[in-house]
Amino acid sequence: MTATSNGTPTLEAPGLDWRRQIRFSLIGALSSAFIALAGMPVGLDRRNIIQPLLSMGYLSLLWVPFVLASLAGSQVVLEGMTERVRSSKDLVAGALVGLGSALGLVALMILVKNFNIRDPLVNWSPQLLDLLSFNRSAGLGMVFWIVLGTTLGLMGGAMHVVPTAVRSKTLTVLLSVLAVSVLETFITDLLKGFQLEIFTDFIYYKRGGLEIVGALLVAALAIVIPLLVGDRITVVRTRVREMPADERSRVNLILLLVGSALLLVLPFFLGKITNELLANVGLFVLLALGLNIVVGLAGILDLGYVAFFAVGGYTTAVLTSPNSPGFSPQLPWPVALIVVVVLTGLVGLFIGAPVIRMRGDYLAIVTLGFGEIIRLLFLSDWLSGWFGGAQGITNIPGVDVGFATVNGIDPRSVFLLVLVFSAIAIYISWRLEHSRIGRAWMAIREDEDVAEAMGVNTTNTKLMAFVVGAVLASFSGAIFSAKVGSIFPTSFLMLISIIILVVVIVGGMGNIVGVIVGALVLIGILGGPKQPGLLQEFSEFKLLIYGALLVWMMLKRPEGLVPNVRRSRELHQEEFLQDAWLKGEIDTDDEENPS
Amino acid sequence: MSVDDVGELDTASQAASTFGTNVTTTYDAKPTSRVLWVDRFLTFIRFVFILVISVGLLAFIAQQINPQNPFAQWINPDATGLTAAQFKGLLVTGLAQGAMYGLIALGYSMVYGVLGFINFAHGEVFMVGAMSGMITSNKLADAGLWEDAFLFCLLFIVVSSIVLSTATAVIMERIAYRPLRGAPRLIPLITSIGVSFFLQNVSVVLLGPGAKSYPALPSWLSQKRSLIGFQIEGTKLVVLLTAAVSMAGLWYLVERTKTGKAMRAVAEDKEIAALMGIDVNRIIVTTFAVGGAMAGVAGILWGILFRSVIHTTGFLPGIKAFSAAVVGGIGNLGGAMAGGLSLGAAEATAPLMLLEPLGVDGVSQLRDAVAFAVLIFVLLVRPSGLFGERLSEDERA
Repeated sequence: MTATSNGTPTLEAPGLDWRRQIRFSLIGALSSAFIALAGMPVGLDRRNIIQPLLSMGYLSLLWVPFVLASLAGSQVVLEGMTERVRSSKDLVAGALVGLGSALGLVALMILVKNFNIRDPLVNWSPQLLDLLSFNRSAGLGMVFWIVLGTTLGLMGGAMHVVPTAVRSKTLTVLLSVLAVSVLETFITDLLKGFQLEIFTDFIYYKRGGLEIVGALLVAALAIVIPLLVGDRITVVRTRVREMPADERSRVNLILLLVGSALLLVLPFFLGKITNELLANVGLFVLLALGLNIVVGLAGILDLGYVAFFAVGGYTTAVLTSPNSPGFSPQLPWPVALIVVVVLTGLVGLFIGAPVIRMRGDYLAIVTLGFGEIIRLLFLSDWLSGWFGGAQGITNIPGVDVGFATVNGIDPRSVFLLVLVFSAIAIYISWRLEHSRIGRAWMAIREDEDVAEAMGVNTTNTKLMAFVVGAVLASFSGAIFSAKVGSIFPTSFLMLISIIILVVVIVGGMGNIVGVIVGALVLIGILGGPKQPGLLQEFSEFKLLIYGALLVWMMLKRPEGLVPNVRRSRELHQEEFLQDAWLKGEIDTDDEENPS
Repeated sequence: MSVDDVGELDTASQAASTFGTNVTTTYDAKPTSRVLWVDRFLTFIRFVFILVISVGLLAFIAQQINPQNPFAQWINPDATGLTAAQFKGLLVTGLAQGAMYGLIALGYSMVYGVLGFINFAHGEVFMVGAMSGMITSNKLADAGLWEDAFLFCLLFIVVSSIVLSTATAVIMERIAYRPLRGAPRLIPLITSIGVSFFLQNVSVVLLGPGAKSYPALPSWLSQKRSLIGFQIEGTKLVVLLTAAVSMAGLWYLVERTKTGKAMRAVAEDKEIAALMGIDVNRIIVTTFAVGGAMAGVAGILWGILFRSVIHTTGFLPGIKAFSAAVVGGIGNLGGAMAGGLSLGAAEATAPLMLLEPLGVDGVSQLRDAVAFAVLIFVLLVRPSGLFGERLSEDERA
């Protein structure tokens, strides 16, 4: 996807790029049919977005023509090339792509009506046909889909023709309505804490979803609030940026303190469900911060990260639970935590030492193997005298902090505990990232040989990353076992390693804020491996979405949602160099050649 | 040469002294040891590994001689020993599974040889093959053909599964891996993890989450037959034969045809191969396709051996097959097959031959752990595999 121009700016040939349109139409048709057959429309139909108008099920199909039509018309403007002229052809192209996607669904409807292959394909059902034909006759449904698809495609194409202001306003409105609807549980819970039920009762329908009036209100607010605030935020930001250094750091400190105070107060205004949800998110934040040090900073792909989580959890269980089968000292949790941290660090060393010299990809598979070996050992009869085998260890008492006991019955206290430990983990990560060892990690990530030549002891530094990552995971494991109260080998599947990896990559490798955002968005909305998120209906599909998201991120935006500046520069090094060369910022080698 | 060197050194040290840096004095200090504690620890681990294996083997031999043998009794008081029939049974089971691992390992090995990255999703291509075999064989059984014309049905499901898994592999390459050529090493690996996760869950949402079974095999097939002193079940014989035929076909393709020559050339050096007029993209697609076809055959073999398939079926055999490819030396096709056979045999026999004599309880649960331990052991002791790797220069780095 690099520019192949010979230096002179080229204009796109006039007319439609037919191959591109056909390709996108096909992609649209196939993805619509796949989504329908995956059971998303039927499975998600229960969840309302806007009460009588739109459900999550229909939305899962409707976004396809819109997004694909706008993608078909989009073009990356490369340095040295002029941008294509926007014209009504974009509209035609968008409508064609939308039509193509709709035709995919129509074809599926015809097939479902006439054949029955429900035996292998579980979602090949009359229910699906009813849903696709809007509970009317199939023919009417088909006509309706064609019209709808074409219109949505037209709108997607129009996104390129309308002025930027209109486009950004439309997108803001759409996204905020969607967000307010998705965050329903959270918002209702929060406003209930502040005794503001009137507002939520007004915008939300009783059984989920926005009322039409509510949706209109949210849309109006999404337009009005930016107008009211205007560019005041940017003004404040530039003023802060222009302050002298010590004053700026004082402002930052105050902001940080206010932010943490708000966070500490927040759990007292939230209900049980939301606190539970945020506690789960916090556990994953801890895990993701640890993996971020290993993968994001040091560039070591550790696929067996769940091993450290498991060791942390099991050690806590053995040390604190009266039901621990082999050795049961029944230590208080804080004392046990010290042992847990030391032991997990040692396990990190033990696993890290043999693998640290291997090639990056071998290392990934071997750590995966270690992760599975550790789970199999916890599961085995051989060690069941210590770890209880498949029965696990039950009756873990929780954390006694004097005035209260933190355990799963009281999610608020768990959330507070998680917050405290996340703060510690953030502080550790932040200090390490800006220390000598953090710079050494980044040097190794960029080029191990060069780092070694610069005097970095690569072996010890990489091991250090492994150990720090392990210790952060052990925090999470210790809190997890106190929260859940009983611990089984099935809580530590390979799946968890992969989900943490997705969180780190989607959020932004090597960026603390990115990792937290990733955990909030993915675990909070879609849910963890066993924990439900805000979109509980998605539980069947969340792993599918995680997989697709991981591939899509790697292909389109490997640096993540909130990128680390240096990491994204590493990943796009060639493009940066090429752009700089085209702009004439770097001298070419030609001048050195004898003419 | 030596005179020049000295001269250069002199000027260098002069330059250093003129710039006021004391480079030379630091070298007068005690020379730092190049042997890190990590290396010592690694040596220790290797030693422990070998010690465990030899003690286990010795104890096994001792208990085979006589279960009341004092050495065997000392290591494991409940030592019973294996009968010859038990041992042969384990070995045949291991070899049949190993042949399947070997077929999957070929795909890992070829892709690693050509592109230099682990196609983590290859295990899922195998799963797709097993799933497609499940669907077609059940349809054939409904039509009443399965019992009557078993060999025809077998051929049919093998061909259909090859078609489907080849298509999966090729589409995967086109969508997920081709845009990432030349990206940093770990990027395609992470992508392939995503692809693997995605394919697993595609199977869940399309076909449902539960385990699905193959129709019962005809009774003449599952009978035991004796062959050169071994009692082999017909199914395992079919598995071994199919694997041998596929391997022979692959060998012919890679070593005797023009496409195979082009594949070897691309594995050696992509740029030079392109200069020689080879369409590198086409060859890479062919590599994926051939690997996918082998995984499809392996999927059917899985179905015949275990008669049950679920969406996670691809994960463990995939990892084990990768281990087999590493054991045999990655990029080395004969090595991949040999690695698969030896890994299968080790996995089937080691729990009873090494761990049981050492007094470990519930050894059969640790089968998978043994497979991973073999991978770790080989990478620690001989990272280039038992039969040597065949990689291009830039991928060996």
